[in-house]
Amino acid sequence: MRLLGMIGAFVILCIGFNIVTDGRFLTPRNLFNLSIQTVSVAIMACGMVFIIVTRHIDLSVGALLATTSAVMAMTQTELLPSMLGMGLNNPATWAITIVVGLFVGTLIGAFHGWMVGYLTIPAFIVTLGGFLVWRNVAWYLTSGQTIGPLDSTFLMFGGTNGTLGSTTSWMFGLFAAAIAIWVLWSGRRAKAAHGFPVKPVWAETTLAGIIAIAILGYVYIVNSYAIPTRRLQRMFEARGETMPEGLVVGYGIPISVLILIIVAVTLTIVARKTRFGRYIFATGGNPDAAELSGINTRMLTVKIFALMGFLCAVSAVVASARLANHSNDIGTLDELRVIAAAVIGGTALSGGIGTIYGAILGALIMQALQSGMAMVGVDAPFQNIVVGSVLVLAVYIDIVYRKRLGAK
Amino acid sequence: MQAQETQQTPSASGRGSGAPPLVEMRDISVSFGGIKAVDGVSVDLYPGEVVGLLGHNGAGKSTLIKALSGAYQMDHGETLIDGKPVEINNPRDARANNIETIYQTLALADNLDATSNLFLGREMTTPFGLVNDAAMESECRKIMAQLNPNFQKFNDPVSALSGGQRQSVAIARAVYFNARILIMDEPTAALGPHETQMVADLIHQLKAQGIGIFLIDHDVHAVMELCDRASVMKNGKLVGTVNIADVTDDDLLSMIILGKQPGQTAE
Repeated sequence: MRLLGMIGAFVILCIGFNIVTDGRFLTPRNLFNLSIQTVSVAIMACGMVFIIVTRHIDLSVGALLATTSAVMAMTQTELLPSMLGMGLNNPATWAITIVVGLFVGTLIGAFHGWMVGYLTIPAFIVTLGGFLVWRNVAWYLTSGQTIGPLDSTFLMFGGTNGTLGSTTSWMFGLFAAAIAIWVLWSGRRAKAAHGFPVKPVWAETTLAGIIAIAILGYVYIVNSYAIPTRRLQRMFEARGETMPEGLVVGYGIPISVLILIIVAVTLTIVARKTRFGRYIFATGGNPDAAELSGINTRMLTVKIFALMGFLCAVSAVVASARLANHSNDIGTLDELRVIAAAVIGGTALSGGIGTIYGAILGALIMQALQSGMAMVGVDAPFQNIVVGSVLVLAVYIDIVYRKRLGAK
Repeated sequence: MQAQETQQTPSASGRGSGAPPLVEMRDISVSFGGIKAVDGVSVDLYPGEVVGLLGHNGAGKSTLIKALSGAYQMDHGETLIDGKPVEINNPRDARANNIETIYQTLALADNLDATSNLFLGREMTTPFGLVNDAAMESECRKIMAQLNPNFQKFNDPVSALSGGQRQSVAIARAVYFNARILIMDEPTAALGPHETQMVADLIHQLKAQGIGIFLIDHDVHAVMELCDRASVMKNGKLVGTVNIADVTDDDLLSMIILGKQPGQTAE
């Protein structure tokens, strides 16, 4: 129900902006850009769900993104090419860079988690400190300079520079839709096998239909956003070929969006189907009960923050690749966007409640608001005023809704 | 419960047979910041026996028992199970020694459903390492059908359940996993008369299976009815342990209030 409300809000928002901008909002081009702009915040919001569900908070994600981005920028522009003599655009550069970035992010996250879990310093304080520390570690590492250009393969993770192309995108879309339907069907079969009550067939069929249409609809949209002719010409020239006259090639699914999908699906499975996920929600619902059930809640905290650090590094790859360089202000205010996305997406700050898809929808709604207002021509200060108000309003609506339902 | 092995012949309490007690807690002390909540207390429990723990609020009953369930660590003393010393430093150790606890607060994660709570910390998994919800729900339905046949809300979070239903989830969790030693901390405090009777029946049933039960209760009448022996505590110290058959309600009350063994005259 809540999911339907959020999808409804998103659709109304899109249609509203589309009318005001005379149909410029719901173009393949804009929706493509909207999705690649959302990815960085959405990936971190997935991790933030786990943090908030266990009654913690992480204020350092934007700063952590900056530090991991700085580390990766230095690795690929200074360390590997000059100091290790691998030269520019070595085919291994991107992989080594990302591994280094992910490692650093996970390590810093685990360190935060250790301070929260074992030293019992409140997460608010640990990450408030981390916010100042890592923002300025990033500054120190790069001397405040913008680092670029980045490795050409690395840039493929940013969005426009790396897409699957039409055919692969269609194949992926069909594959994803088939998987989604199979998951629904096998879940139903498992319930039926034990003789538990199942939802009516029409409800499950409708759900399967909506999911399939959403997946294939997105693929259709990103495929119809054609690569500009000039750009296509350059791509053919780079390969030493000439472009056939009148050729139209769609972008297809951006690799960064693919990463978000992988993160979202993996974390949803983790949340629902693993002991780790079960313990996260149990700890959020009643930390004492979790402890008395023999769950090592301290180690759990370390793992959750380590995961958050890992996802910050993934976001750093996407964000710096999208901008094609590392700038000193990368990820500024992201911590607030990430928390807002998770909260708009239904994650309760009191703990125990939250979903991954909700957080992604939350991120999408915020990005749609922001870029929609930019298209309409709303002044920058008013954009942030609106986004801030929407955050408070969304949480209020959620409280009213939960009270009506009689739930917590 | 259906998986329970009957270790003793029904109703035969192991006491007096010369075998070591199921649990023996010797000279236990637990202090919090200089205050001795439990001070040199020794209690024991035999298979198939119910030992009541009585005393005022703050007498140290719950603290003593939490040292056994691993929630608190003792400062001094030792715990023996089947005559062998064991280290219980956390709830995981207690569970490994087949000690199960029903806490006064029930210790349920309110946001999860009955099945998840029943298996919390001990989930059944598929060969791929994922939790096997369907199999767990099936087991949960089986045990709830025995404990509380009216229970139907398997897919709601336990926050949506009534007090008695929540209690039966907590009880199911304690008895499902082959408990040998069961600790019940005021199991009937929040229940109506019908549900209280249900718990009493269950205690008799578990006792017959040879499980040893520590029952913490305020209600002297309940203790008289359910227990074989009673240990009374006052101000962190043990007043004494008596056979229920040898004492009256008034004897127990005077032990609780005056801190004196029966026979001693309150002067």
